[in-house]
Amino acid sequence: MYALREAATAFRRAPVLTGLSAAMIALSLFVIGLFGLAAHNVRQALENVESRVEVVAYLRDDAPEASIQAAQEDIARFREVSAVRFISREEAFAVARREFDELGSIFGSLEVNPLPASLEISLHQGQADASVIRGVASRIGDMPIVEEVQFGEDWVDKVYVLRRIAGLAMLTLGLGFAAVAALIIGAAIRMAVFARKDEIVIMRLVGATDAFIRRPFVIEGMITGLIGAVLAVLGTWGVFRLLSNSVMELTWIPAAWLLAGVAAGTVVGLLASMVAVRRHLGEIV
Amino acid sequence: MIRLDNVTKDYPRNAGALNGLSFELRKGEFCFLTGHSGAGKSTILKLIHMVERPTSGEVRVSGYSSTNIRSRDIALLRRKIGYVFQDFRLLQDRTAAENVAFALEVTGARQTVIRSKVGRLLSHVGLAAKAEKLPMELSGGEQQRVVIARALAHDPLVLLADEPTGNLDERATDGIFDMFRSINAAGTAILFATHNLDLVRRNPSIRLVELAHGEIIHDSAREHGADVRTS
Repeated sequence: MYALREAATAFRRAPVLTGLSAAMIALSLFVIGLFGLAAHNVRQALENVESRVEVVAYLRDDAPEASIQAAQEDIARFREVSAVRFISREEAFAVARREFDELGSIFGSLEVNPLPASLEISLHQGQADASVIRGVASRIGDMPIVEEVQFGEDWVDKVYVLRRIAGLAMLTLGLGFAAVAALIIGAAIRMAVFARKDEIVIMRLVGATDAFIRRPFVIEGMITGLIGAVLAVLGTWGVFRLLSNSVMELTWIPAAWLLAGVAAGTVVGLLASMVAVRRHLGEIV
Repeated sequence: MIRLDNVTKDYPRNAGALNGLSFELRKGEFCFLTGHSGAGKSTILKLIHMVERPTSGEVRVSGYSSTNIRSRDIALLRRKIGYVFQDFRLLQDRTAAENVAFALEVTGARQTVIRSKVGRLLSHVGLAAKAEKLPMELSGGEQQRVVIARALAHDPLVLLADEPTGNLDERATDGIFDMFRSINAAGTAILFATHNLDLVRRNPSIRLVELAHGEIIHDSAREHGADVRTS
């Protein structure tokens, strides 16, 4: 109770200082928020691309129907596979004529159908990374009825690399800004400790424990972190609305990410003030 | 209750250092501590309050020893020791009542206990009518009374007074000293460091310990009041 009241008093006594540190934390977390917003939308776009990645197995012309049927059932049982669709030679020919209208005359003059039958294999969401796709393609390619397997290998690799880069950049930026926020909170707590030097000396004099003396400062740091994080969320929301209304349609950051961000701001505030107060209380005798 | 055994305390420039000093303050005792500046009076008080630790020897206070006391126990020990300073050390932005309440708040006392106790303590030191005054609105003697009320907040076993009348005129000094006498009469031991030899001379019944260069050169409690000069 005393600690909460003192922490609130500290905000009242030095509103500029605490406001400034909350604003700096808000700014740091706001940059992370913007990056989070970008990363989330890039991730969504990539997932969209990934979900369209299919493995296509072109079948030998002489493949017996029973073998095709067996292979189709076999592939459908793969853990990674969500659907297998058989495209007959006739169906492929019809699709080609429909989709490549400008080549209609060529197709029309053909007396034989040059297109092979195929199996179109879709993968479960989240199973579309490069190594999984290569594994599935290689297992299908080993089947005797399969002539050739295609799965847009270049695309898969690029998407994979992009995801890695986005994840790594977000982690680096997050850690960097968390460190900056921690330093700012540490400096603010240091000033708060020295501003209350007389009180601390008297608290020790009359028998307050160090844990009791530390508590208001730690709560102050935690609240500063929390306020900073909430301001950062509001700022990011503002930018999101602005961009969504004028530039492009964006998806808002998932609630779990927001909660994690606010929790991270609070924890950074808590840890930074704990370290700072422990260090600077020792300097007051 | 308080015992210093062969205590040496070294300082870089030697001022206030102690040199193998032994001293005991019994329960309920009143003792003057005198000596020139730098003789070691304040050092003894700081050692008893465990602000300082001896370079060698042992300080024992109410069952705690300087050789193995933990940081948390120092806080608990200090609740048994009241400390009164020459320069008061009051929080200037808080009233007399809030300054006294502060000592209780920071040790986790409940608000109802704090309210009743603060009123009682301020009445005891004759300041009930000035409870809502800020320190700057009080005279030196009145500020010292607030400090004494704060020092009594935890019903201490002993009051350590470091030149408590150093900043006061003669009349205020007498008033404060009478207050210490009445506190002592109620059972609290008092270790009273002072330069005021007139005050000491006017109270010959009170034990007198005189320091010079970190050693006790006279202790009236020693056998037949004999001089115990060690050098």
